[in-house]
Amino acid sequence: MIIIEYAVVGIVLFGAIFCALSAFGLVRLPDVYLRSHAATKSATLGVLCVLLGVFLYFWLVLDHISIKLLLGIVFVFITSPVAGHLNGRAAYRSGVALWRNSVRDDLHKKKSEAPSTE
Amino acid sequence: MIDGMLTTALALLAIALLGCIYRLLRGPSLSDRIASLDTLGICTLALIAVVSLKFQTQAYFDVILVLGILTFIGTVALARYIERGIVLESGDEMNDNH
Repeated sequence: MIIIEYAVVGIVLFGAIFCALSAFGLVRLPDVYLRSHAATKSATLGVLCVLLGVFLYFWLVLDHISIKLLLGIVFVFITSPVAGHLNGRAAYRSGVALWRNSVRDDLHKKKSEAPSTE
Repeated sequence: MIDGMLTTALALLAIALLGCIYRLLRGPSLSDRIASLDTLGICTLALIAVVSLKFQTQAYFDVILVLGILTFIGTVALARYIERGIVLESGDEMNDNH
């Protein structure tokens, strides 16, 4: 029983470490696109690990299956990448510049070939 | 020991919140601030989950759910605002390409 408790709290700690790393990337990376790479992927993984650890703790140790927490896990898993994608698209369309050492910009060519109505 | 691990997790999440607040205040463009606000909401959600584990109560699970929904809706609304200048649009403007 005590081993299960340690393993579950270890999952929570792993997720918290990932959240701290993603905030480090958010501070240090040079560009809004690179920053959203850090903010979307690793923060989602960290938060999912934390919520999964809490869910497993309440299930295995306190013997209570929480549907609300499961619903929260599914919701964060679905919506966080969508929000990151929307924010990146809005940043590109509103003309936020890329980092000066970026080597490739696929959307640039496409935009000049077929000018959109905006 | 378990209490210490949970306190460490809380401290790490607080450091993550501080990093998000730094980028929120500093960020050169509006998209930086929106991305950091999204991460701020997500990390607050994780912090509340760890707090509810530390106090061994189920009272905060509603807060987790509502905060997840509100963070997503806020990010979508702000992203639409900086993309087009409006948040909600009327019916006859719906068919321009995007």
